[in-house]
Amino acid sequence: MGWQAVILGSDLLFFVLIALSLLGAVWARRRPDLVRAWRRVAESDAAMASMTVLAALLVVGVLDSLHYRAALPGAPGQPVMYAAQVDSALDALTRQLSGHTEKTYSAPFAAHLYAKETIDLPDGRQMRAYPRLAWGGRHLPVPERDRPADIARGLAAALALAVTLSALLALLLMRPWRHGALARAWRHFWRAEDGVKWRAVWLAASALCIVFVPLLLLSGDYHVLGTDKVGQDILYQALKSVRTAWLIGTLTTLIMLPFAIFLGIYAGYRGGLADDIVQYLYTTLNSIPGVLLIAASVLMMQVLIDTHPEWFATAAERADARLLALCAILGMTSWTGLCRLLRGEALKLRELDYVQAARAFGVSRARILVRHILPNVMHIVLISIAMDFSGLVLSEAVLSYIGIGVDPSMQSFGTMINSARMELSREPMVWWSLATAFVFLFVLVLAANLFADAVRDALDPRLASPIGGRA
Amino acid sequence: MSTYLIRRLLYALPILLGVNLITFALFFVVNSPDDMARMQLGVKRVTPEAIEKWKVERGYDKPLFWNAGADGLARVTDTLFVSKSLAMFRFDFGRADDGRDIATEIRTRMGPSLAIALPTFLLSLILTIWFALFLVFFRHTTLDLVGVMLCVAMMSVSSLFYIIGGQYLVSKVWSLVPISGYAEGLDGLRFLVLPVLIGVLGGLGGGARWYRTLFLEEIGKDYVKTARAKGLSELTVLWRHVLKNGMIPILTGVVVVIPTLFLGSLLTESFFGIPGLGSYTIDAINAQDFAVVRAMVFIGSLLYIIGLVATDLSYVLVDPRVRFD
Repeated sequence: MGWQAVILGSDLLFFVLIALSLLGAVWARRRPDLVRAWRRVAESDAAMASMTVLAALLVVGVLDSLHYRAALPGAPGQPVMYAAQVDSALDALTRQLSGHTEKTYSAPFAAHLYAKETIDLPDGRQMRAYPRLAWGGRHLPVPERDRPADIARGLAAALALAVTLSALLALLLMRPWRHGALARAWRHFWRAEDGVKWRAVWLAASALCIVFVPLLLLSGDYHVLGTDKVGQDILYQALKSVRTAWLIGTLTTLIMLPFAIFLGIYAGYRGGLADDIVQYLYTTLNSIPGVLLIAASVLMMQVLIDTHPEWFATAAERADARLLALCAILGMTSWTGLCRLLRGEALKLRELDYVQAARAFGVSRARILVRHILPNVMHIVLISIAMDFSGLVLSEAVLSYIGIGVDPSMQSFGTMINSARMELSREPMVWWSLATAFVFLFVLVLAANLFADAVRDALDPRLASPIGGRA
Repeated sequence: MSTYLIRRLLYALPILLGVNLITFALFFVVNSPDDMARMQLGVKRVTPEAIEKWKVERGYDKPLFWNAGADGLARVTDTLFVSKSLAMFRFDFGRADDGRDIATEIRTRMGPSLAIALPTFLLSLILTIWFALFLVFFRHTTLDLVGVMLCVAMMSVSSLFYIIGGQYLVSKVWSLVPISGYAEGLDGLRFLVLPVLIGVLGGLGGGARWYRTLFLEEIGKDYVKTARAKGLSELTVLWRHVLKNGMIPILTGVVVVIPTLFLGSLLTESFFGIPGLGSYTIDAINAQDFAVVRAMVFIGSLLYIIGLVATDLSYVLVDPRVRFD
């Protein structure tokens, strides 16, 4: 079956960002001070473990950013038509999740719906019972009898696979072919004799394997984390939400970065009127309470999008435009903190001897800014990107709850929580969708926080106070 | 002191004007009043007459900055910018879509917002400082490590979950307090307990970790060593010396917030059904009541700027080295 690649605006920016980070990494390898700083990150157990978790979630986000439209089956000879629905590589890989929709709520590993319904019996009578699910436990002839054994069997097989994977990974990380003996390789690996805490990577990856291999393997036969009100698989929703979280957390910073960097170092270095204007600009923007400014901007953006439906060809494009606009709005409200920090740093750097020397030699202002000031404030930029990430991801959830977040058709942790918040008061309680959102969001934000801490400590131990920070 | 204060307040004026311009640009230039009318009346099947009527009802049927049809001064004053935006400096916010006067509404809703926000703020400040000092007292021990890890974990939980979890556990399972609602006076106390507690808990992790680093920075300084050399106990050193000096950076973050307490918390108020300014804002956002959102942005900035001035003043109170000249 044919397909046509679709590159949404946010995909493009996301890939640009990843490419930029890779370029940055290559550049950093040539700078001994940066190599030293990143080695300090590698020496931290927490940083390496959280990096592993983030990398795994990044893979999910990247897979979900490879969009395509499937070709519709048509007569041979006819021009190929493509579906209006935009899918992603993640959708294609998890067909057993996205395709298996039920009627409504069902508990994790259930074979029956959550609520009783009236069922027509073959002999014409009716009875109230829990109907069987369309997909969950479909292969079981008598779920009441076979389900526990079947799940146990599946779990055992999946765990065996997970343990094998983890053992293979350990072998790969130990590199026994380098050390000759396995015992020596193990010691080298466990004590991190090369200064990199591979064991933290291994432990985190093993934990991920042990959780996700069973979840994914069993998800073909069951809804492992249950289904929501419209019968969609919760695990699928959580995986889809990961991309939104990544985009909000990273694109926001990417969009605001040019403003913050340029205005900040220019104002700090130049001083005078330019400095006054920039200071006025960020003080004014900063004095509007963040949530209110975001609310006002998003409200206006909604009006703009709703009154111009002709701008967007597909629903995915509209949701994507809304997401990008949200990132831009969040960026506009959050660049002020970084700008102020950079201005202060440029103010200090301006007086240093090497900058004075460059000026005395007649180096142009633009060149001084790019060659001498910019590289020496990059650590602040990096730290603030890392520190802002978790705050942005959390604020997405809150904003979506208030109704000024991402498009309601877009999967995100905020929309997941928002649609699930009344479910705790149902009888019997529907807990699985909230619990899943909680665990995913918590793990993502915790990993981001731990990693950001390590980056901050490595790049600038003095900068202990939180940058930015929002309610 | 008074000249400083006057200068500081005068400096606030251009900022407020800037805020005013930004909101004006957002609400009237990005989208014309016609667009807003079409949005509110339903994008399809809307007649030009209906749009005109909607605009007249709200006083949006004027030009933006320059009214060529008017005479004299009215050319400038009979415009949207003056009648809708500059009018906010007189606390004239116009009417909400339900016809009520926004200024009156804001006055009556400040009380409930404050009833939640003020106790949350005070309790949170006290508890956070106490917890941070506790961690500093046990610094570089396992207890400290566990405490910091707890802080990071607490920071990583979305505030939505604190509220949902708290309501579920305390109100539904344990049935200790009502799940939501509000009442005036002492009777209303039972409604306040849970939102205040959740507010305190939600901010504890981040706050305590930050204050801990601030206090740890102080503790390496010479005056602390002197105090210890004098034979003062560690507790006295912490509470009398480190706390006082650590308060200076803490004040920067804290005093700014005090005036904005009037605004209340959007999340808390909407979850607990508190008739304060936070829920007012949320309702306005959901109903797309532009006038109310505009008024709240202006009030919020005004309060924030007052907070900035108050921060400067508070430095004088705690730090005798700071002078106003």
